Amino acid sequence: MLIPHPLLGPRDAQEFTYLGDASLLNRPDPDAPNALEAFCDYVFLRDNPAGVHCELWFHEQGDRSWLVVTRNTLTHEILDVELATDVARRGT
Amino acid sequence: MRFSGFRVIKEALTGHKGWGKLWRNCTPQPAYDFIIVGGGGHGLATAYYLAKVFRKSRIAVLEKSWLGSGNIGRNTTIVRSNYLLPGNQPFYEFSMKLWENMEQDLNFNAMMSQRSIINLFHSDGQRDAYRRRGNAMHLSGAGGTLLSADELREIAPFLNFDNARFPIKGGLRQERAGTARHDGVAWGYARAADQLGVDLIQNCEVTGFRREAGKVVGVETSRGFIGAKKVGVAVAGSSSRVMAAAEMRLPMESHVLQAFVTEGLKPTLPGVITFGAGHFYVSQSDKGGLVFGGDIDGYNTYAQRGNLPVVEDVIEGGMALMPMLGRARLLRSWGGVMDMSMDGSPIIDKTGIEGLYFNGGWCYGGFKATPASGYVFAHLLATDTPHEVASAFRFDRFARGYVIDEKGVGAQPNLH
Ligand SMILES: Cc1cc2nc3c(=O)[nH]c(=O)nc-3n(C[C@H](O)[C@H](O)[C@H](O)COP(=O)(O)OP(=O)(O)OC[C@H]3O[C@@H](n4cnc5c(N)ncnc54)[C@H](O)[C@@H]3O)c2cc1C
Repeated sequence: MLIPHPLLGPRDAQEFTYLGDASLLNRPDPDAPNALEAFCDYVFLRDNPAGVHCELWFHEQGDRSWLVVTRNTLTHEILDVELATDVARRGT
Repeated sequence: MRFSGFRVIKEALTGHKGWGKLWRNCTPQPAYDFIIVGGGGHGLATAYYLAKVFRKSRIAVLEKSWLGSGNIGRNTTIVRSNYLLPGNQPFYEFSMKLWENMEQDLNFNAMMSQRSIINLFHSDGQRDAYRRRGNAMHLSGAGGTLLSADELREIAPFLNFDNARFPIKGGLRQERAGTARHDGVAWGYARAADQLGVDLIQNCEVTGFRREAGKVVGVETSRGFIGAKKVGVAVAGSSSRVMAAAEMRLPMESHVLQAFVTEGLKPTLPGVITFGAGHFYVSQSDKGGLVFGGDIDGYNTYAQRGNLPVVEDVIEGGMALMPMLGRARLLRSWGGVMDMSMDGSPIIDKTGIEGLYFNGGWCYGGFKATPASGYVFAHLLATDTPHEVASAFRFDRFARGYVIDEKGVGAQPNLH
C-alpha cells in the first residue's frame, strides 16, 4: 500500500506503524459520571467495519507525524489522508 | 457409509463406484431448534457435538459460501496445547485430548499427526519464560520437555544455531503437538454432523437477527427468514460484521494473516518449529511442502489478501532461522481474515440478547481449538451454562479487568 502523505507525497505503508480506529482521538471525559464505562468502551470496543474506515497511522520511519487515513478495508483503496493534528483541532 | 480398510479394498476392486456424497445439500426448513451461523471448523464442530454429546435435534448450520471456505481451509494447521495462563491452558489441553480421538470419533481421516512442536529460545530470559510455560503445561497434563542446544542439534541440525544476533540456546518441545489436514477436519465434522441429522445449508448468508419481545426468534438470510429457538454465531473473521446486525460492538478487529507453501521436498522437518526471536513458524506437509507463516499484516482488513512487506518479513525470519529455506521455491501464498480480540483470547458466551450466543475472537490460533470450541459452545447452547474449561472466555472480562493476555501487550489487537 502507498499512503499519500499530505506533506511528503506517496510513501510506502511499511514506513508507518498502525494504531487503529481514528475514534481513538476522541478520548472520553475522565470526570464524566460514566467515565468508567466510557473508558472501557474506548479501550476495548471497535466498530471494525467492512468498508470505509478512518484509522491512525504513525509515520515512524519518516517525519513522525500521525495521520488519519480513510481506507476501504475490503479493497485497501485509500480515499483520504489528513494530518491527525488537523483532525483533532477540528474536533471530529 | 462408514470408512474402513475393508471398504477401501472393496471399492478398489469395484472401480470406486460405491463412494457416496459425504453430506446432503439441504434446503432450509422453516424453523429449527438450533441455528449455527458459519460453516467453518467451529460451527460444524458445534453442530456435531450438539447432536452427538448433547443429543439435540433440529439443528442447522448456515454458511454464506461453501463449507470450509473460511479460515478452516486457509490455516497452517498447527495443533498444540502449550499455553501459559490458567484461563487458556486447560481449554487447549481439553482440545488436544479431543484431537487425539477425533478421527475414530468422526470415522474420518483428518491426517492428525502428532509430530511435535519445538518453540526455540535464544536468551537466558527466554529460557526461563519457557521453563515457566513448560511447568504450566505439566500442571494441565499437556506434557513438554525443555531441550538444550545440543539435544536440538540432534533433532534439527539444519537450524542456524550460531546466528550472531539470535543464537539458538534450546527449545521447549511438546511431543503431543502436531498438524492435521485442515479441510479434512471441516469435512469430517460436516459428514459426521450430517449423519446425525444436522442440516448443512450452503450459500445462505445471515444478514440479521429477528427479535420478538427482546428474544431472538430466527435469522434473516439471503434465502429468506429461518426461525430458531437459539442462534449460535461462529463466523471467525466476520464476527464484528455479523454481530453489528444485533447492534453489538465487539472487542475485536479483523486482520489478515498470510501463509506460504514451498514445492514438495523430501522429509526434512521433524515437526513444527517456531522461531523465538522473530515471528516465524514452519512445518512440513505430508505432500512435502514446507508450510510457514509469521505476523499478521497489522491493519484492519476484510480483504483475504495481504501485502508484500509482510511477505518479506516472514521470509527474512525463515532465512535467519533455517538458511536452507532459501533453496526451496515458493509455490503459493494466501491470506485469511481473522478475528483479533483485544487480549488475544477467544470469547464463548451468551450475549445480552436472549437466544443469541457468540463464539469468536480466535485470532490466528483457532484451528487447534476447533474440537474444544465446538464442544464447549454446544455445551453453552444446550445447557445455558459455560463449560468449565471455557468459563474464562466471557464478554465481561474486559470490563471486569480479567483479560487473558498471553502476550502481555494490552489492548492492541494487532500485536496479539
Ligand atoms: C493463514 C492462517 C494461518 C493460521 N494458522 C493457524 C495454525 O497454525 N494453528 C491454529 O490453531 N490456527 C491457525 N489459524 C487460525 C484458524 O484458522 C482460525 O482461528 C479458525 O479456523 C477460525 O474458526 P473457523 O474454522 O470456524 O473459521 P472459518 O473457517 O473462517 O469459518 C467461519 C465461516 O463463517 C462464514 N460466515 C461469515 N459470515 C457469515 C454470514 N453472515 N452468514 C453465514 N456464514 C457466514 C464464513 O464464510 C466462514 O466459512 C490460521 C489462520 C490463517 C488465516
